[in-house]
Amino acid sequence: MKVKDVVEKLNLTVFGGEAGLDREIKGGYVSDLLSDVMGSTDEGTLWVTLQSHRNVVGIAALKDLAGVIIVKGFVPNTETLEDSDREGVPLLGTSMETFEVAGLLYRMLADDAELPG
Amino acid sequence: MKFEFDIADGDFAKAGTSSSQVKHILKQLNVDTKIIKKTTVAIYEAEVNVVAHAVGGGKLLADINLERIVVEVADLGPGIADIPQAMVEGFSTASPEVISMGFGAGMGLPNMRKNADKLEIISGVDEGTRVVITNYI
Ligand SMILES: Nc1ncnc2c1ncn2[C@@H]1O[C@H](COP(=O)(O)OP(=O)(O)OP(=O)(O)O)[C@@H](O)[C@H]1O
Ligand SMILES: [Mg+2]
Repeated sequence: MKVKDVVEKLNLTVFGGEAGLDREIKGGYVSDLLSDVMGSTDEGTLWVTLQSHRNVVGIAALKDLAGVIIVKGFVPNTETLEDSDREGVPLLGTSMETFEVAGLLYRMLADDAELPG
Repeated sequence: MKFEFDIADGDFAKAGTSSSQVKHILKQLNVDTKIIKKTTVAIYEAEVNVVAHAVGGGKLLADINLERIVVEVADLGPGIADIPQAMVEGFSTASPEVISMGFGAGMGLPNMRKNADKLEIISGVDEGTRVVITNYI
C-alpha cells in the first residue's frame, strides 16, 4: 500500500512532502518520544504522532520513513512544511486521535499484507 | 577523510543537520546501508544531546577510512556527573521544554550503545563531554 492510498482512504490533509506520496508503506509506528522513534523504526514506516515540530521531519528524513501522520488537528509551522517539501517526506494531518487512526491504519496494512484477522 | 561540523547551542531547529550531512557523505562513499543506518542513529543522538544538554554548542568530527567510521561529538559542558547512571534507559535531566518536544525519554545514550560498535564517553562535572562513536565498515 502506498502513502497516497492511506491519504485517500483516511481523508488526510497533505501539509507537505508530496514527492513522497508514491512510496510503499512497510509498516506503522506510534510514538511521541523522538528517541524511541529513532531507535525503533525502519525505513518505509509510517509514523503516527502528535508532535508537529521540525525535528519530526528531521527524524523521518534521517530514518527514511514513508511519512508522518500528525493527529488531533495539530498543524505544523511553515519551516516544518518547507523541510518536508525539501526532504520529500509526506507530512500528513488528521483530526482523529491516535487510537483511532492507528486502528484504521493497522486494519488497512494488515488487509494489504493478507494477514489473518 | 575528515569532516567537521558545528552544533549550535540550544538550537533545536538545526538539530540533526550535522548527522544528515554525515549520512549523505556515507551514502556517497557507498558504505553498506546497515552501517549507515546505525551510524546515523548513534550520531543523531549525540548531536541532539549537545543541543539539549550542553551550553555553548559543540562540534562533530567525522573521520572515515576504508575500515571504520569514527565520529567524535564534543561540547564545552556542563558535563555528566555519573556516566553509568546516564546510560540507564529512562534516566534524563531534560528540561520541561525539551520534554514537551518529545525528547528527554532517556533513550539517547542507550540508542548510541546499541548502534555503535564502540562507544566512548569522556565527561565530568564542569568539564565538556566527548562522545566517540566507532563503527567498523
Ligand atoms: N552532552 C551532554 N552534556 C551534558 N549532559 C548530557 C549530555 N549527554 C547526555 N547527558 C546527560 O545524560 C542524560 C541521558 O542522556 P540520553 O540521551 O540517554 O537521554 P535524554 O537526552 O535525556 O533523552 P532522549 O535522548 O531520550 O531524548 C541526559 O538527560 C543528561 O543528563
Ligand atoms: Mg538524548
